[in-house]
Amino acid sequence: MNNLIEVRNVSKAFGGVVANDDISIDVPEGQITGLIGPNGSGKTTLFNSIVGYHPIDSGSIKFKGKEISKIRVQQIARLGMLRTFQQTRIYANMNCVDNMLISVPHRNAKFFDMFKPYPHELHEQAEHLLEFVGLYEKRKLPSGDLSFGQQKLLEFAMALMNKPEILLLDEPTAGINPTLINGLIDRLKRANTEFGITLFVIEHNMRVIMNMADTIYCLAHGELLASGEPEKIQNDQRVIDAYLGAH
Amino acid sequence: MTAADERAQEVATTAEPTSRRVFTFNDYMMFGAIVIFGIVGPFLFPNYTFQIAVLWLMVLFAQTWDVMGGQMGYNSLGNIFFFGAGMYICTVTQIGLFTDVGNYTSSSDGGSFQFTPDQYYIGVAVGLVFAAIGSSLLAVALGWIVFGLRGPYFAIGTLGIALGAGELVGAWEWVGGGGGIPIPVYPGSGDGKSFFYYTLCFGAAMATFLFLKWLYSTRFGLAINAIRDDEEKAEAMGIHTMRHKTAAWAISAFFLGISGGLFGNMTGFIEPLEVAFPAPTFGLFMVAMALLGGKGTIWGPVVGAILFHIVKEATWTYFLGWQWVALGVIIIVNIVYFQQGIVGWLQEKYPHWFGIEVEARNAGAKRAAE
Repeated sequence: MNNLIEVRNVSKAFGGVVANDDISIDVPEGQITGLIGPNGSGKTTLFNSIVGYHPIDSGSIKFKGKEISKIRVQQIARLGMLRTFQQTRIYANMNCVDNMLISVPHRNAKFFDMFKPYPHELHEQAEHLLEFVGLYEKRKLPSGDLSFGQQKLLEFAMALMNKPEILLLDEPTAGINPTLINGLIDRLKRANTEFGITLFVIEHNMRVIMNMADTIYCLAHGELLASGEPEKIQNDQRVIDAYLGAH
Repeated sequence: MTAADERAQEVATTAEPTSRRVFTFNDYMMFGAIVIFGIVGPFLFPNYTFQIAVLWLMVLFAQTWDVMGGQMGYNSLGNIFFFGAGMYICTVTQIGLFTDVGNYTSSSDGGSFQFTPDQYYIGVAVGLVFAAIGSSLLAVALGWIVFGLRGPYFAIGTLGIALGAGELVGAWEWVGGGGGIPIPVYPGSGDGKSFFYYTLCFGAAMATFLFLKWLYSTRFGLAINAIRDDEEKAEAMGIHTMRHKTAAWAISAFFLGISGGLFGNMTGFIEPLEVAFPAPTFGLFMVAMALLGGKGTIWGPVVGAILFHIVKEATWTYFLGWQWVALGVIIIVNIVYFQQGIVGWLQEKYPHWFGIEVEARNAGAKRAAE
């Protein structure tokens, strides 16, 4: 199987704090890969390194075989790798449909494409995806008026609108009403199977990640602690110790 | 071509495009009223032709400031730079096409050089085109430097450009230095000159309005709104943020450059600090007017500029000595109590007037009941 993302020996320190130490991770195409670890273990730092948010100190990050550790956020996004944020980020003064429309892929955008109107098809597609995440009724509302959970769903729909090859989700279920979580898991899985989007997910909710992921990596104190299938991780004594604070 | 490229291509190649936020009925009414006033105004108030012409320039100022400040969230305090740059480019072109600029500017009477009517009109036409294009190019170059700055740093950085430009031009002898340049004299009567420049000012303001109205209906409008709401998110979504920011500033500069060229010719004499780069007056008025009317709306800058200019002229005429106090009070009340501005407030209160559909929160329930 092809690896979409290959992280090799990546280290990143902020001053004296080593956030990632010699991390190597593979994200295979078409699968759902999980990333877990206690708070402060370096998960979001690793995400930020992959999407080009900050330079890494050493190591290599490849996307579809192309080295991306030296190129910038927007260029990486246009290669087809998108991330959502832990603190949900949407365009708060624009309504949901506009949030969706501006999220179309910019991969092949020529200079004068900036001044083109939006075709009908994109409106339909935007509304279809809003329906998919259950926000169709709210489509004309300013997105800043949505609840936090709804904003997360909107951010997810915006990511789908962009038709990425891989989506990096930073805690997709954090702050979402527990009764809605099952619906969200279902939608994430459908994004993977129906739209063919590879997922790489940071998640604290063990039930969610064990239920979804094909492979799980566990970080602790900036180091890779364990990796493998969900059952293996669940029964790994080191992972249990890390979460219970035995270190 | 990868799978993702193909999918993106599929989205890009589409059948019939739709315009968003097209002209509504109320837009036509407003625009119609303004056009009618623009045409009959100078006949009704012939003594105020110059002032009404300046009013249209004010409308243009507020609109072009709002492209960046309102729609894109980049509060520039230095947009007046493009006004001054346009003024100097236009003037130097008008002179340079027919005589030596250094000779002309080194003597207070323009070296007694006489422009024929043909030379005058050709000079103005070519000068305005160069002013527009030159100012846009300057915006592209400066944007490359200052778009790394955000928030207050961008505001102060751009203010520095405007103030610095005034000083630099003041030290540049070839364009007359601090002594300024006498503009080529209009070949005709005083009334003819007023009417000629009134028409151009009015046309420039209306062209700016129509262009921006169209621009905001394209993808560009949404993209700069996205940059305003969350630039980091826009970057993470792959939007070409730098491209959009540069284009937005170049568009502002294009129209500001024209306005500078016109104003220089109307006043008849230009110099760097008071006329070309007046950061503390025109430079701040354009911000105040956009905020008064409502930034980030299409009508806000227009309404704000008209009100501001009327109040300004009224206080200058009837409360001389208190005019700055009056303007200060307006700005303070606006900033402290009324931040969304006049049109911003109306738009929140009566969104349907603006063709904005806001479906009620219980729309789903209503639909189910039907």
